[in-house]
Amino acid sequence: MATETTTAELGHGSGLPETAAEAPGMPQLDFSTFSNQIFWLVITMIVIYFVLSRIALPRIGSVLADRQGAITNDIAAAEDLKQKAVEAEAAYNQALIDARAEASRIVEDAKAGIKADLDKAIAVADAEIAAKSAEAEKAIGAIRASASESAAEVAKDIAKDIVAAVAPGKIDAKSITAAVTAKIKG
Amino acid sequence: MAEEAHGAEEGGLVFHPMDQFIVKPLFGDGAVGMFTVTNVTLWMAITVLCIVALLVLGTSRRATIPSRTQSVAELAYGFIYKMVEDVAGKDAIPYFPAVMTLFMFIVFSNFLGLLPMSFTTTSHIAVTAVLAMAVFLFVTLLGFWKHGLSFLGIFWITSAPLVLRPILALIEIISYFVRPLSHSIRLAGNMMAGHAVIKVFAAFAAVLAISPFAIVAITAIYALEVLVSFIQAYVFAILTCVYLKDAVSDPHH
Repeated sequence: MATETTTAELGHGSGLPETAAEAPGMPQLDFSTFSNQIFWLVITMIVIYFVLSRIALPRIGSVLADRQGAITNDIAAAEDLKQKAVEAEAAYNQALIDARAEASRIVEDAKAGIKADLDKAIAVADAEIAAKSAEAEKAIGAIRASASESAAEVAKDIAKDIVAAVAPGKIDAKSITAAVTAKIKG
Repeated sequence: MAEEAHGAEEGGLVFHPMDQFIVKPLFGDGAVGMFTVTNVTLWMAITVLCIVALLVLGTSRRATIPSRTQSVAELAYGFIYKMVEDVAGKDAIPYFPAVMTLFMFIVFSNFLGLLPMSFTTTSHIAVTAVLAMAVFLFVTLLGFWKHGLSFLGIFWITSAPLVLRPILALIEIISYFVRPLSHSIRLAGNMMAGHAVIKVFAAFAAVLAISPFAIVAITAIYALEVLVSFIQAYVFAILTCVYLKDAVSDPHH
């Protein structure tokens, strides 16, 4: 489409007298300049080809290959480091688990020790308490025995006095004592 | 330019849209002979210098972390390398420098041609025809050298029904020989048309009434031409790869 426009414009332009006189149509079709253009084009292309194929392209290719190599190496190194990090984390976790186990073991030991000490102390205390309570019971028994004896004496004396006051001389002291003893036991 | 503007004021528009394409000697005013140093020589030399600056000087540090220029050079390298690999196949990799040469020359010529007052070497059919013929002859000779007479198998479409094959062969042969023509005219036509249109609008810009429109149009077409400059270089390179594929791959695929 653009070409058509140009051709139309060109036709219009060359229609003008001064243009027609100056330019013989399209300079592209001026065959007298072809040899010149082709000569310089060939030289140019040869120069560019040699510059590119000898210098530029191998250099850029090697730069790209180097970069690719560097990237590959870096990725490998990163993988390596990542692996190491994973290993280090595993070791850390293992150490943590070990430490926890050790700690709980120590706690268990301490608990067991404390429990043993406690049991011993309780046993000692129990024995002491048992001894003390036995002593106390003995003392209480003695007190109780003496108390009931005294009470019997007092009861016999009071009974003798009461009998003597109520019926003097009729009942002897021996039978009164026997009766009181029987009453206390009964 | 100044005379043209005056002429336009005095009476009627004066178009010289094709003057920019005239090949003239750089020194003196004589005829253009084969070895005359002309504006063609100048702009081709500038193209070479630009390519050297980008691809040789730009990469001279060989940095693993590239500078901007080196990035562009690597981008161009990767672009064409991938094109050759994808379009023409792995067997065509040895011809990558040739495709790269074509592409770099055309893309730089096109872009340099967009500079005001410059000369667009690729707008000349003489230049593009030589490039296209070189590709055509190279591909044809390479095909015969690689495959011998079985290279002619590209014209004999075995996947088509037998009755159609002679007709297809005729069409294939015609299209094969039209290749250099379309290959070269596409590039030269695009470059010439765009530049001529810009010049026409530039002449219109001298007329006060429509000059704002003309200037906007020049800007718009210039933007389009920037795109076209790259696309035409790309198209030329990718068609070269397509043709190369015929030569390097098995003709009876």
